Amino acid sequence: MNGGRLRSLLMAFQRSSALGIERVSYQFEFRDVLAYWPDLLSGVAVTIMLALLGMAGGVLVGILGATAHLYGARPLRIFATAYVEAIRNTPLLVQLFIVFFGLAQIGLRLNAPVAAIITLIVNVGAYATEIVRAGFQAIPRTQLEAGHALGLSGYQVFRHVVLVPALKMMFPALASQFTLLLLATSVVSLISVNDLFYTASIIQSQTFRDFEVYALVGVVYLGLALACRSGFALIYRRAFSRR
Amino acid sequence: MIRHFAWIDLFYLVAALRWTLALTGVAFVGGTCVGALIALMRFSYLGPLRFLGNLYTQVVQGTPLLVWIFALYFGLAIFGFSVDAWTAAACALSIYAGAFLGEIWRGALLAIPRTQWEAGASLGLGFLHQLRYVIVPQALRVGTPPTVGFLVQLIKDTSLASTIGFVELTREGQTTTAATFQPFSVYLTVAGLYFLICFPLTQWSRRLERTFHVTR
Repeated sequence: MNGGRLRSLLMAFQRSSALGIERVSYQFEFRDVLAYWPDLLSGVAVTIMLALLGMAGGVLVGILGATAHLYGARPLRIFATAYVEAIRNTPLLVQLFIVFFGLAQIGLRLNAPVAAIITLIVNVGAYATEIVRAGFQAIPRTQLEAGHALGLSGYQVFRHVVLVPALKMMFPALASQFTLLLLATSVVSLISVNDLFYTASIIQSQTFRDFEVYALVGVVYLGLALACRSGFALIYRRAFSRR
Repeated sequence: MIRHFAWIDLFYLVAALRWTLALTGVAFVGGTCVGALIALMRFSYLGPLRFLGNLYTQVVQGTPLLVWIFALYFGLAIFGFSVDAWTAAACALSIYAGAFLGEIWRGALLAIPRTQWEAGASLGLGFLHQLRYVIVPQALRVGTPPTVGFLVQLIKDTSLASTIGFVELTREGQTTTAATFQPFSVYLTVAGLYFLICFPLTQWSRRLERTFHVTR
């Protein structure tokens, strides 16, 4: 086929598609969006940092909360229960607004990233309290007695009879909590912390490629979530299955 | 003129609560339809159906709800649809709820021993009749407590619809804050209203779990 015939065929094709006026045509243009990859990358880094800090702080709070709940005096126990119920029955977004906008009204002015991290820690702390408490409660008293009867020391009983089985029980719950947290951090973009979702809305406002931006960012979040899930599954197999 | 956070604002917030509840209701109905379909697909003998059901669950559970809301509200315009906040929020929440309810109900179906299906079959019941008369009545006991628990999650997640200008409780809180400059009192009140709705449901879910667990 010579060049001339090909060109005329192409022109005929173009003419015919130009006639189909009713068809809404939209050219997907991911290149405009992908050009912002350094911003997206730093957004990903901020999102991961928020999730890691939130989880680390949250687990600490959870251990404290569960200890208070299981072994604390009555007022302490009531306080722990009130904390867990208050957090679990209100939206993260409203908690974030209370910490960022609300505390400023009563004189405690936090900058956005600090407010975001505090909110995430307080939020995850409540869920972690429940998880840790359930983990420790799942060890029956008779197991401890059996450990003592075998002549294990107090530390050995705690280490081998309580801690490791309890960790094994908590790990999957905490792992899925982390994945949920990673996705929930997108909320902090609403107080303009420059995480992945905030970066997306900036790119949207600059390129007007709304669909492409959110599709791409959705895929990035999905990749992060799947990586977390398979990573945790691997750690779980390595750490607990041999016992 | 800046006014104070007054009783009238509380009434406005309570009035906005009905849109939170309406959105939750619509999303729960939509989520039920999607979730039932996904649960059955993932339970099916056909490989491709199972794969699609699993894929849907993985994708939706692996992306933030906020991305769905924004993608539907801003993104769909390029296909020639103009989507209002109601539709976008209701669709996004239904998609989201479908994945989680599908997961819960699949678990409930799996919790029923295979022998129950076989018992149904030996009585001459077809698949749908086995499901209707043998499996679902038993699966309901397993599935109801976590479903109520997820309903609480859904109520809280409707707060994200405020980001696209859907006027529900959180959005009304923002408006009130803009008028009164008292975010602490306003958002605490908003949180209190969410708590008043969610806490009884949480307790109910717990009580259901206890009763069903004892009778099982």
